[in-house]
Amino acid sequence: MRLELGKIFIKDVQFSNQTKVENGILYVNKEELIKEVSGDERLKSIDVELARPGEEVRIIPVKDVIEPRVKVEGKGGIFPGFISKVDTVGSGRTHVLKGAAVVTTGKIVGFQEGIIDMSGEGAKYTPFSKTNNVVLICEPVDNLPQHEHEEAVRMVGFKAATYLGKAGMNVEPDEVKVYETLPLLEQVKMYPELPKVVYVYMLQSQGLLHDTYVYGVDAKKIIPTFIYPTEVFDGAIVSGNCVSACDKNPTYVHMNHPIIEDLYERHGKDFNFLGCVITNENVYLADKERSSNYTAKLVEFLGADAAIISEEGFGNPDADLVMNCNKIEEKGIKTVLVTDEYAGRDGASQSLADSTPKGNAVVTAGNANEVVVLPPMKKVIGHAEAANVIAGGFSGSLREDGSIEAEIQVITGATSEVGFGYLTAKGF
Amino acid sequence: MKEKPIVITNNPLTKSSLDGRFDVIYKEVDLVDVLIVVRDYIHKGHKLLTHPLMGSIKPNQTPYKSVAISKKNYMDIDIMSLEIIENSILKAKAMLDNKKLPQWPKDALEDFSLIDYDLIKNALI
Repeated sequence: MRLELGKIFIKDVQFSNQTKVENGILYVNKEELIKEVSGDERLKSIDVELARPGEEVRIIPVKDVIEPRVKVEGKGGIFPGFISKVDTVGSGRTHVLKGAAVVTTGKIVGFQEGIIDMSGEGAKYTPFSKTNNVVLICEPVDNLPQHEHEEAVRMVGFKAATYLGKAGMNVEPDEVKVYETLPLLEQVKMYPELPKVVYVYMLQSQGLLHDTYVYGVDAKKIIPTFIYPTEVFDGAIVSGNCVSACDKNPTYVHMNHPIIEDLYERHGKDFNFLGCVITNENVYLADKERSSNYTAKLVEFLGADAAIISEEGFGNPDADLVMNCNKIEEKGIKTVLVTDEYAGRDGASQSLADSTPKGNAVVTAGNANEVVVLPPMKKVIGHAEAANVIAGGFSGSLREDGSIEAEIQVITGATSEVGFGYLTAKGF
Repeated sequence: MKEKPIVITNNPLTKSSLDGRFDVIYKEVDLVDVLIVVRDYIHKGHKLLTHPLMGSIKPNQTPYKSVAISKKNYMDIDIMSLEIIENSILKAKAMLDNKKLPQWPKDALEDFSLIDYDLIKNALI
């Protein structure tokens, strides 16, 4: 499966009477965009605002972040199972508005977090302070059940990203990158001397505001399976979760998956990247046993010498991470784990809720309990009052001057467990 | 085929929604004490059916917790269940030591309750 990703670099976003990309600027016809994403009777109103890097703007509470993309050649369309039919995606050519993002905001539950600050201290923690954001503010009809509300806002995000992505259909990309994974036997033959690596891609799958979808299917209901890495770049995996926003993968992160991109970068040089095994993180323990057994079996079947395993979330998924690690290692396959930590404010407590001696190669994405003070912003998009009741904040975390004291777990993407962030450790 | 469960909870919504369908033990205690009740049942030979730290809402953020154990008590103690519940109690206590549970407004409490119920429901039904 071969995919060309044509990246059109976007350096600014502006409202205009026509939606188009010109000289690196994404122009948005606000009325047309609202019309395009409207029609769901569960939403009372939808508004659009823009937030650019460096502006004194806070977006809260963030539901999802999505990248505008459009399929130019090849089967299917972006977001199969939601926007497009369920054709297999991941081949042909896709154009990307690189530097632009759709951000959805909607207050689905009363303690909701997910903060993007476009400048100041908080901007250092979220990758989405660097994107030119088209923010969709969705207000539900009265007494809309939370499940319905979540679904309605989720769909608005996909529709908006699809609409904006189409503006890149006929634009010559600034950069074209080619990614290719062959069918297994051919792929193995291609680099017979290199170690074979599989990526075990764990998906959050527990329930309301804790879900992920694969080609439209609720990931709770899948058994682990193989997916070509390029399918992910076309939106085959999307987010339905946003609780504890620091270590959840917004749809944007799935589409720009950094572990997959890094594996491709060294593919054919240091190792032979065979593809991805997706698996879930269900609450029911027998599901965990089944999924980890299946995952280990698939990784072995694919002939991997090593596997990279990333988790999404904390607590319950730690058990899945450990089971996957143990069972894959028991088959003689080396593993590297990627996680984040809840190690207390001083970072001294045990980081995870489970552990294993076999987990002897672990990458951390940071300590989500680290406390940060976010300065007041001139403008708040979304629900300013949400900051007072954020799960990772303190009681009354919204101060009188508009600043917020909270753990970095409230910031969207701060401790991304696939490494889509800025936190790093340095030795002195 | 899922095992017949007993649901141990301090969440009124879990109680009112699942009572009748499953055995529900409702205790008006805090979150850590729910986990301790679960641990005691595991010592009596019941198996853990759902992960005690389900959901991304941390034990020092939500006051509610619902956990399912097997209705059947087995002859032997299930070591994996014991390890998971002990680790969960330790982690929950450590998190509460790090930061106390805030006093939440009523609407937030209702939503915490809904999420806890939704997750246990998704696991069992």
